[in-house]
Amino acid sequence: MPFKIYVCVKHVPDSAANITILDKTRIEEKITFIINPFDENAIEEAVQLRSKVGDAEVVAVTIGKPAAVETLRSAMAMGADRGIHVVTGDPPDSIATARALKAAILADGAPDIIFTGKGSIDSEGFQTMFRLGAALGVPAANNVASFRLEGRTATVESELEAGGRAVIRMPLPCVIGAGKALNKPRYPILPDIMKARKKPIRTVPMESLDIGTPPASVQLIELRPFSDRRQAKLIPGPVEKAVEELVRLLREEAKVI
Amino acid sequence: MPRIGVFIETREGRIKPAMSGVITAARGPNHELYGLVLDGRAADYKAQLQAFGIHRIVDVASPTGPLGWNPDTWARAIALAMREFGLEALFGLTSAMGKEVLPRIAAILDAPLLMDCLRVDVEKRTAEKSQFSGKTTGVFKLNGAHCLYGMRPNVIEAIPAPTEAKIDAFQAPVTEGALIVEALRLEASRGVDLTEAEIIISGGRAMQNGDNFRILRECAEVLGASVGASRVAVDAGWVPHSMQVGQTGKTVSPKLYIACGISGSVQHFAGMKTSGVIVAINTDPKAVMMQHCDYGIAGDLFEVVPILTRQLKASLNHG
Repeated sequence: MPFKIYVCVKHVPDSAANITILDKTRIEEKITFIINPFDENAIEEAVQLRSKVGDAEVVAVTIGKPAAVETLRSAMAMGADRGIHVVTGDPPDSIATARALKAAILADGAPDIIFTGKGSIDSEGFQTMFRLGAALGVPAANNVASFRLEGRTATVESELEAGGRAVIRMPLPCVIGAGKALNKPRYPILPDIMKARKKPIRTVPMESLDIGTPPASVQLIELRPFSDRRQAKLIPGPVEKAVEELVRLLREEAKVI
Repeated sequence: MPRIGVFIETREGRIKPAMSGVITAARGPNHELYGLVLDGRAADYKAQLQAFGIHRIVDVASPTGPLGWNPDTWARAIALAMREFGLEALFGLTSAMGKEVLPRIAAILDAPLLMDCLRVDVEKRTAEKSQFSGKTTGVFKLNGAHCLYGMRPNVIEAIPAPTEAKIDAFQAPVTEGALIVEALRLEASRGVDLTEAEIIISGGRAMQNGDNFRILRECAEVLGASVGASRVAVDAGWVPHSMQVGQTGKTVSPKLYIACGISGSVQHFAGMKTSGVIVAINTDPKAVMMQHCDYGIAGDLFEVVPILTRQLKASLNHG
């Protein structure tokens, strides 16, 4: 039995894209979407682990609209062997997402380890990896900056506040949320991209998965554009005078020092 | 009377400054507020917690004493305390620690959680947070038996509301599970984490190298500020990733953010646009940061920042 590495990836709007709100809860999706940046670190670590383990397979899993297949292709261009696409309409919340990921993974095989990014840059929910771990009954570590596997024990460093780190030990299987410090994701070159087009993707309709009846939900009821009410005040004059005025404004007008 | 819990984060025997705003956010008509303390020093915090309206302080420990840091055991202990005291909601900080503990509690309780909240309405069970790199604000409805909210640090102004608090001891029958914390490496840790800092001074491309960040650290020392950086400065290897503010770094909301030589990419704004007051120092008056700040000085940071440090020193000494 090959060692099974699953990597959960998300199809997200590029952070530089203009976001247009179409109705109360939807955005215009004719913009550039990318693989969530932290998920690239997750793929990179999975691919490196595969070469260390030898007889191992990396399976990328995503939940998203039909267009999310592009993110699976990106993951496969970086080295994932194949993909699973759980096709959905509107994005499910993290409670349903974790349940669907669990169902999709278990229907495919028995995971030895699951990687994902430490958060997604679009919704920034910061919780799916923990919910997935709890649903599977396995431990999870997030914001992981280093990873080592010895036998069936994973040792990771998880980033704490102000640059501190906790050294965490967990038995396999476990869930690892990759941080940016974990590795440098590779840039796929053209032959990798061509090869990725031929790798298999299994498509699974969300409705076909048994996710039970979640007892809770988080529902988006309205999206509003962020309004910046700042009026930039450029302080003129020679530097010495300008700084003097700035200090005065910070004390007397803004009252922040 | 709704019973609302607040996970009180502490550091080295002190309540984190950003907690007062979180407690303020959790208050409401008829709310009975429970402050959950896990470092074994609940009694030390009584005066400060009751000053902000905490009615009951719960000293959460294991049967053998205080729980050492382990996010998994802490989450299980807090989940048990929430059941024991019938708490229908829990507030915390969206800090490094909050990001480790709150989602684990939500996973245990199968409860809805919204992290990085800018505003919460406990009665309506709605909360607001940034979406899509801060370009939109989403309003969410939480449905479930317990609702969890992680507040973005410093977005809610702390307002005292004195009351008299009572301390309850709660021994949570938890032991270390599959996740073991082997060691803590805090040697690299410096001062207050950026996400919780009240004042931040950050440097970007114009810093030229890592040594030059000394200029910012000197200014930060006078202000009691933390030092941050843009992605450019981190990718160039000048400063560690833990100092990065922005989309793939940290989201911060200090009362004062001073951006030095930072042009102002969308990704950088995503990490600091809810700051109270933004000051920009840049040689280019047309830089995006200069147009979306509160106060800007068009000048060379190597000239401006040392003068600022000197003047602040003089001004704060006489203040």
